[in-house]
Amino acid sequence: MNKSFDNEMKVEFVSKSSNESFARITVAAFAAQLDPTVEELSDIKTAVSEAVTNSIIHGYENKIGIVKIIAKLEGQKLIIEISDKGKGIEDVEMAKEPLYTTKPNLERSGMGFTIMESFMDSVEIESILGLGTKIKMTKTIKKPNLEEYEKDFTMVTK
Amino acid sequence: MESYFNQDEKLLVFKVSEEIDDYKVPEIRRKADYEIQRYMPKKIIFDFNNVTFMDSAGIGLIIGRYKFANLIGATLELANLTSSIRKIFEMSGILRLVPETELI
Repeated sequence: MNKSFDNEMKVEFVSKSSNESFARITVAAFAAQLDPTVEELSDIKTAVSEAVTNSIIHGYENKIGIVKIIAKLEGQKLIIEISDKGKGIEDVEMAKEPLYTTKPNLERSGMGFTIMESFMDSVEIESILGLGTKIKMTKTIKKPNLEEYEKDFTMVTK
Repeated sequence: MESYFNQDEKLLVFKVSEEIDDYKVPEIRRKADYEIQRYMPKKIIFDFNNVTFMDSAGIGLIIGRYKFANLIGATLELANLTSSIRKIFEMSGILRLVPETELI
């Protein structure tokens, strides 16, 4: 296995909104290896749900396509990549603005990217018009009492 | 989602039990709007006690119902928000228009 990360998973599914729940639960189950708190897990599920919804609604505009999720663990860091081969985002900076939505008539709040950015440590958007969009998000899960743990460990190994 | 109507107080309560995302919202919206038109309440409460997940689709749902409530002269309030759900609503600023309330 590649040494730069400790674990990896990949999942692909058809762009149906009924798969949103499947997507977030799958990533949450994978992330559970890092012992996240209930709140951290909830943040991860919400961020995944936002990105997957964007791919389905905006990327594929409810036509059939494939949404791909790759998740990696690197120490205590969770890396999630969610990509589609949909229409792409015309103006990424605009899309990131809170309350900005291209579909206001459908009661869309325009808060998707704002939520991803505040619930994860970092969010990167790569998008090419006509080719698709890839969202890369990371979140480091704090280990409880890591200092205490390391102190004990140093004492034992000395 | 279940609902009940208190005739004396003209109060309509929705007890949401679905995970609130883009998939489930259309169904919740349809049921809610149907009940609101049927009872024409003075006060509407969405109870989140049984909601285990919500993303930004929930913001759209509440903004839409707030507009509808306004149209018929009713108020809208939210009850039993978990910290995760409250965090999402706070980000949108909607709690300034749709306050939290106590509901047992």
